[in-house]
Amino acid sequence: MLEIKGLCAGIEEKEILRGIDLVVPQGEVHAIMGPNGSGKSTLSYVLAGREGYEVTAGTATFEGHDLLDMEPEQRAAAGLFLAFQYPVELPGVGNANFLRTALNSIRRARGEPELDAVAFLKMARLEIKRLAMADDMLKRNVNVGFSGGEKKRNEVLQMAILRPKLAILDETDSGLDIDALKIVADGVNASRGPDFSALVITHYQRLLDYIVPDRVHVLSAGRIIRSGGPELAHELEAHGYAGVVNEAA
Amino acid sequence: MPAVAETLDVVQSATDAGYKWGFSTDIEMDLAPKGLNEDIIRLISERKEEPAWMLAWRLKAYAKWLQMEEPDWSSVKHPPIDYQALHYYAAPKKKAGPKSLDEVDPELLRMYEKLGIPLKERAILAGVEIPEGERPPVAIDAVFDSVSVATTFRDTLAKSGVIFCPISEAVREHPELVKQYLGSVIPAGDNYFAALNSAVFTDGSFVFIPKGVRCPMELSTYFRINAQNTGQFERTLIIAEAGAYVSYLEGCTAPQRDENQLHAAVVELVLMDDATIKYSTVQNWYPGDAEGRGGIYNFVTKRAACRGARSKVSWTQVETGSAITWKYPSCILLGDESVGEFNSVAVTTNYQQADTGTKMIHIGRNTRSTIVSKGISAGRSNNTYRGQVKVMPKAHGARNHTQCDSLLIGDQCGAHTVPYIESRNPTAKLEHEATTSKIADDQLFYCRQRGLSAEDAVGLIVNGFCKEVLKELPMEFAVEAQKLLAVSLEGSVG
Ligand SMILES: Nc1ncnc2c1ncn2[C@@H]1O[C@H](COP(=O)(O)OP(=O)(O)OP(=O)(O)O)[C@@H](O)[C@H]1O
Ligand SMILES: [Mg+2]
Repeated sequence: MLEIKGLCAGIEEKEILRGIDLVVPQGEVHAIMGPNGSGKSTLSYVLAGREGYEVTAGTATFEGHDLLDMEPEQRAAAGLFLAFQYPVELPGVGNANFLRTALNSIRRARGEPELDAVAFLKMARLEIKRLAMADDMLKRNVNVGFSGGEKKRNEVLQMAILRPKLAILDETDSGLDIDALKIVADGVNASRGPDFSALVITHYQRLLDYIVPDRVHVLSAGRIIRSGGPELAHELEAHGYAGVVNEAA
Repeated sequence: MPAVAETLDVVQSATDAGYKWGFSTDIEMDLAPKGLNEDIIRLISERKEEPAWMLAWRLKAYAKWLQMEEPDWSSVKHPPIDYQALHYYAAPKKKAGPKSLDEVDPELLRMYEKLGIPLKERAILAGVEIPEGERPPVAIDAVFDSVSVATTFRDTLAKSGVIFCPISEAVREHPELVKQYLGSVIPAGDNYFAALNSAVFTDGSFVFIPKGVRCPMELSTYFRINAQNTGQFERTLIIAEAGAYVSYLEGCTAPQRDENQLHAAVVELVLMDDATIKYSTVQNWYPGDAEGRGGIYNFVTKRAACRGARSKVSWTQVETGSAITWKYPSCILLGDESVGEFNSVAVTTNYQQADTGTKMIHIGRNTRSTIVSKGISAGRSNNTYRGQVKVMPKAHGARNHTQCDSLLIGDQCGAHTVPYIESRNPTAKLEHEATTSKIADDQLFYCRQRGLSAEDAVGLIVNGFCKEVLKELPMEFAVEAQKLLAVSLEGSVG
């Protein structure tokens, strides 16, 4: 379970998150929607431990661990995964090598045996097939020369391979074609179960048709101003944020 | 598998600054008195049981050196070197002919172990007989301070006509070859450090690959400076006759000491028609501590003469060590269509200074050269690429492509690119590309979010940055080099 209480955070004196309260119980998928610049990515970075963000108040725990006290890699080992809104390029670093290094770092941190190259490739190829991705995905350098959609798919592939307990997907649907959108949704839905929870950040109702969330939250100016069931997303689609923001004000 | 692949597994963990090869070995030494004069040169020559012509050659070089001055054109800075405060000869005292590992000086064995040389190779190096078939497929020459202590696989190599032996032995056993080629690529008066080396060189490797022979295995030499206040002046000479091929590896380490140690090597390569030499170096001399104390001054002259048509030389180097590196492996492309390649990774951290690069001299027609230089700087270090591409009037159709990439870690280090390009033939095509980048915070965060430690992340990114060069190394050496890069940059992030 992810539990965020009164979380305030900012960057260089600028306050971005102004008291976030959010609970994602184990096994649930929650969606976060909200206008550009409202702090959605900031929330995901703060949860994942990106440097440069200063937490000024509040707490965030995952399965009882104090997330804010952990290094980013410790959070990853604890099962947190962030699909980046803007995936980063690593020139010269092969995707397969990167993923295996990542997976084995996490396994090591958990006291699990490492996977050798052969076992890893077998597993990775299976996931690639399941996600209907191109075989050369593993051979290419991490995100280098990938199209926008390919980068997003690569994030989903990484998620499938690393099998997180808590996935934060930051606009993973943006830039995806319809088929890819379904594949991404299938990827998340396949992971759904008692040991998997997710925070899905999106601007579009469309994704939530495929990944039906347990709850939907609206983030505006660093606060969650409304929460509701899946129908809230439809309401937003119909009336835009303006209506919701005004209502809350 | 060559010894290097296991080095990091075997070597004990760092004592202080993270240099894992910083042990010194207590071995009974035969040491010449400090200082440099004609008598010392005579003593070296005598210890090596050299013929008179060799002594004369040395003395001539010494006379030249006396008239020369230390070069000051590079970017490196260091306090003056007191050439009279060094020992010019240091050798482990030999116990003759051990029959089993038990009889070998245990300190010597321990040193090989720390260097990461697998047990069987250690035994071979120590001169113990090992049945054919159980031997590793790499021939090794180990040079310990001033002497080559052992060379493996010589019999196997001899069957294909390949000579691989300490140069001191070649002087005695193959004087006609040594006389013909020694100093023919780098004459004694070439530069200050080459002159010094010519006067006092103590050991190194000699390789001769006869016409049409593809050397059946990789050849490899370990250099190790152990004794205190000792200069190491090794000399390597490799001759590849027409159509010959050899891949040669060189690895270097030194103990951790507070004072600076001098290393001034000379490497000469000679290539005839269609010959190929791949020369790979992983240089990990002690770089000094985090405050910049101690470390090796590495002043090396390496040059290949592509005398034959279509001959090809490729220098690949991974330089992580030394307080100062001053090194420009060069190619003289005399033969028509001859090819020179230079692939380099130079890492500097703390207070290290590296001024390294290459010279490509195009003389023959349609000669080609490529330069790939990857400089990585961290801490307060300075990393300079200095490269010369020169096209002589008759080098019609000469081509050069140069790519210099610098990667900065932190904001107190420096990266500099100093290309000298001179073309005296209008048909020549010369291209130069240079980039400078930083390991970006978002790259680090991305890796760490996926579970990698900050150090593993830097290692991965740096290895990605160097990939083009590392792929030129023989496989196991590349594995070693990758780990070495990661270890050298430990602690440089955050
Ligand atoms: N490094 C930074 N320096 C200064 N301001 C920043 C920085 N990062 C984010 N901000 C600001 O913080 C606010 C929230 O940004 P954030 O990226 O979290 O928004 P978002 O909700 O993810 O928006 P979008 O829907 O466009 O992705 C914005 O006003 C943004 O300009
Ligand atoms: Mg965002």
